[in-house]
Amino acid sequence: MAATVATEAMKAGAAARHEAGTGPAPYMNPYLAGVGLGLVLLATFVLMGRGLGASGAFTSVVAVGVEAAAPEHARANEFYVGYLENGFGHPFKSFLVFEVLGLMVGGFLSGALAGRNRRTVEKGPRISTRGRLGLAFLGGGLMGVGSKLARGCTSGQALSGGAVLSVGSWAFMLMVFAGAYALAYFVRRQWL
Amino acid sequence: MIAPFFKYGLFGDEASLILAFLVGIGFGFFLERAGFGSARKLTAQFYLTDLTVFKVMFTAIITALLGIFYLSWIGWVDLSLVYVPNTYLAPQILGGLLLGFGFIVGGYCPGTSVVGTATGRFDGFIFLLGLMAGIFAFGEAYPLLEGFVNSTDLGPITLPEALHVSYGLVVFAVVAMAVVGFWGAGIVERKFAAKSVNDRIPNAEA
Repeated sequence: MAATVATEAMKAGAAARHEAGTGPAPYMNPYLAGVGLGLVLLATFVLMGRGLGASGAFTSVVAVGVEAAAPEHARANEFYVGYLENGFGHPFKSFLVFEVLGLMVGGFLSGALAGRNRRTVEKGPRISTRGRLGLAFLGGGLMGVGSKLARGCTSGQALSGGAVLSVGSWAFMLMVFAGAYALAYFVRRQWL
Repeated sequence: MIAPFFKYGLFGDEASLILAFLVGIGFGFFLERAGFGSARKLTAQFYLTDLTVFKVMFTAIITALLGIFYLSWIGWVDLSLVYVPNTYLAPQILGGLLLGFGFIVGGYCPGTSVVGTATGRFDGFIFLLGLMAGIFAFGEAYPLLEGFVNSTDLGPITLPEALHVSYGLVVFAVVAMAVVGFWGAGIVERKFAAKSVNDRIPNAEA
């Protein structure tokens, strides 16, 4: 009961602050946002015959960086070559690189319209900013290795592969949730 | 059969990059709308106080799944031309586990960290640097990992093929599971939100 009242009060407060121009708008209903996201994914399937992604764009960036620093080293590694020779003539002329540029613009636009864009570090009250940033880097690193082992991340495998019923994508998705729930207790001071 | 348009040559490579940028905008817009630019909102999924990640993700999956299923049924989309990623079971299971660890430790996944960065979250930007460091580490270790990465190759196998049932039946089962999941998510959220509010407000009624 107290929880419902508190939740409703917080929602009403956020809406009022937004109307008064002093605070961010509440988030969209999750089912509505999910339908929106699903329609974007469906449009990508219909237009391109492929799904969305994210980690691949950063792999292109890494491959180009390695080639710039050590061309022979990069060219001797099949993994980098796969991203350097993408058939478009330049590694950045790729579907995922352009999609991720759009992702940045779309996120910024939505945040700006809702008054949610601000310079901050997301963390719970019981961890220092430096500690949070260290864990953000470590988590990103784990995800970098994981997404390459799995040939995709939450976007390319779970969402896109999940919607075309790929066996590997569903196994991957279950493991993502299992892994995050398994470690949640140990890093609770970061978030709660 | 008229779609996928790109596979039928309705537009070329250059135009496909413009479309990539445009669908990216839609992708980023809805991720931010859902609250996925915020690491605290995302990770609340794993403390059961806010199951938005589950709700948005499964709503998106069943929307696209039903859409592609019906469009292929009425003959507008050739489902065989829609890319199904190859399954490499063992590396995908291990990769998924590492990704789950990275999600709760880092607070984002690659796509949402881009949205976090675009909306000013400095931790999202640091996460992206970590992501690239991880990809670089993988790249450098690739000659050693190659055998494992390419192991347990099952090809572009789908759940209906693996289970020997019709595509429609799996679509129905996924939608039914999602609906039951949404109903359950509401119950879980009410239970854990009450607990976390009571922890912070002394003497509050349950």
